[in-house]
Amino acid sequence: MADMTYAAAGAAALAEMMEADPTVWALGEDLGRGGVFGQYAGLPERFGPQRIVSTPISEAAIMGVGVGAAVTGTRPVVEMRFADFALCATDELINQAAKARYMFGGQTRVPLTVRMPVGMWRSSAAQHSQSLEALYTHIPGLVVMMPATPADNYAMLKAAILSDDPVVYLEHKNLWPMPGAVDLAAAPCRIGTANLARQGADLTIVTWSATLHDVLAAAERAPADVEVIDLRTLWPWDRATVFDSVRKTGRLLIAHEAVVVGGFGAEIAASVGEALHSDLRAPVRRIGAPKLPIGYAPTLENQIKLGPERIDAAIARMLARGRASETCGCPRSQFGRE
Amino acid sequence: MDDLRNLDRDRFLDLHRQMLRIRALEETALRGLKDGLVLGAIHPSIGQEAIAAGVAGQLRRDDILLSTHRGHGHTLAKGADPEAMMRELFGRQGGNCGGKGGSMHIADFSVGMLGANGVVGANIIIATGAAHAISLHGDDRVVACFFGDGATNRGPFLEGLNWAAVFNLPVLFICEDNGFAATTRTEDLTAGPGPAARAEAFGIAAETIDGNDITAVVEAADRLVTQVRRDRRPAFLLAKTYRLTGHTGADPASYRAAEEVERAWSNDPIARSAALLTAAGVTTQTLTDMSADIAQEMEGVFQAARAAPRPEVGDALTDVLDARQSGMEVA
Ligand SMILES: Cc1ncc(C[n+]2csc(CCOP(=O)(O)OP(=O)(O)O)c2C)c(N)n1
Ligand SMILES: [Mg+2]
Repeated sequence: MADMTYAAAGAAALAEMMEADPTVWALGEDLGRGGVFGQYAGLPERFGPQRIVSTPISEAAIMGVGVGAAVTGTRPVVEMRFADFALCATDELINQAAKARYMFGGQTRVPLTVRMPVGMWRSSAAQHSQSLEALYTHIPGLVVMMPATPADNYAMLKAAILSDDPVVYLEHKNLWPMPGAVDLAAAPCRIGTANLARQGADLTIVTWSATLHDVLAAAERAPADVEVIDLRTLWPWDRATVFDSVRKTGRLLIAHEAVVVGGFGAEIAASVGEALHSDLRAPVRRIGAPKLPIGYAPTLENQIKLGPERIDAAIARMLARGRASETCGCPRSQFGRE
Repeated sequence: MDDLRNLDRDRFLDLHRQMLRIRALEETALRGLKDGLVLGAIHPSIGQEAIAAGVAGQLRRDDILLSTHRGHGHTLAKGADPEAMMRELFGRQGGNCGGKGGSMHIADFSVGMLGANGVVGANIIIATGAAHAISLHGDDRVVACFFGDGATNRGPFLEGLNWAAVFNLPVLFICEDNGFAATTRTEDLTAGPGPAARAEAFGIAAETIDGNDITAVVEAADRLVTQVRRDRRPAFLLAKTYRLTGHTGADPASYRAAEEVERAWSNDPIARSAALLTAAGVTTQTLTDMSADIAQEMEGVFQAARAAPRPEVGDALTDVLDARQSGMEVA
């Protein structure tokens, strides 16, 4: 076990993979100085400019070169600097990386890892704050991963680099300095496995990325027994873990930082609605950002953020529904007799 | 020998045969289009065969080639099997991509042909990435990247050329300047002196040639491929040509005058090559026999592709990571 930050855990994972496999390399703007958030610190010195490559401000080329290099026997780790800038490389990711395996009839795989720092952080405003994971979950051919802890950033980045399919790997900027225990002997996580972050019997909250920590704090405060699932991989997502939990609790709340409309919470809500309707004691709910650009001033940005009050309120509302008298009459927990 | 401009006769005959095969393959595809066997759009390269044959002929099998929507010639010349190509165009089993790609995504990784592309200009940075990987591997392969004049107005052109120059990558960029971007004359919407000057602005040596002269193409390609392989630096070849057909197989190209097209036919690269061969003493019979052999080959290709079965329904769910959660009810 080592104590390290989320940023350092990512660097450790990348270093380990580069050590083990000479075809792993990283490319992106300012990587030679350790990356804009220091998440590549130490790697330029250790691996040199051929494998930790500082690139021009050419997002399309960073991604496109990643695709070309991935189909030519290497495992590139592409750094997009901010998830917002990955939009300059949409064709390369969505039309090229995600499609090559299928449209070429399985002649090639695209072992590409695309790191995209996401999230609201230090008043970065509309073009440097977005959480755009739902965009990528919509695209056939992409794996979408969002680690929430240092330990997961370590185990999940290793899994991403080992993936033979392109992975959109979204790290939250607020988490970079977060410390945590990291098991450096841990195997790469299995893609598509959620983490049961907290056990409970009354309510399931599915969440991911930095919002996990807000949700865990809210669960501690809640006047009931809340189960928290850190989804970790959004595509393919761990339906079994989520479904099992919802069967147990009968209530599902999905919480994410991204805009609620068309967010990935909608997919989970719909899937649970389709499959588990009769297990539900209350309507499924989603919370996230309103459909607004992210404002600069704190008074504006706070309108977008979930924040503890909104999470607490959503939990309370969920728990107020589906009391024992409204359903089968067999309370599943103390809270059911409120 | 002089008449063949320093090409040895057998090599010239091989190049001529390759051009004829490309022409015949595409005429066969157009026949398939008319018969409803080709399902999507095809973009014939009729009139541009000398560039594909001349450049691809200088590549090794393990060299890499990236192509465009107008990529049948490049694919065949790199060594792909014509029957597999026709099956792909017809959407059949045994196509290069198992019927999943069609004309615009044709690829044969086994011969280093890493794909046509449905997105104009996108292949430029992918080719650059392939070259970057080669430079990491440290071997002596090169990448040939074809694109049209229209692609030089897209961002990846700038990003890719700058990148290849900055990182000293072994890639030969070949701009096939056929004067048109779909139905638009490229010069009407392109500022400045043209693609070669743009390449030179990045410090990439650029040459301009008559792309309808197979001897000029081979001479330049031979030299540039050798140079790229040796120097591990990009080079740029601007090959002037003309698209003798419409933009797609279904485009009558009524936006240009019949006389212009007629004039262009008199500059047909295959006719010019045949004239050079004849002048050097190759008999008409030899050339006629060659054409007849190829016609027979392509007739076989056509019939085989037509008879081939469609992909299995279940193939829709393979070669993608998440079929089980595809939103379809999958057993
Ligand atoms: C990004 C993009 N924009 C537009 C198109 C539609 N399109 C297909 S081919 C073409 C013309 C391309 O011209 P050029 O690059 O000169 O190649 P040519 O067709 O002449 O071989 C256009 C506009 C496309 N496929 N991709
Ligand atoms: Mg053109």
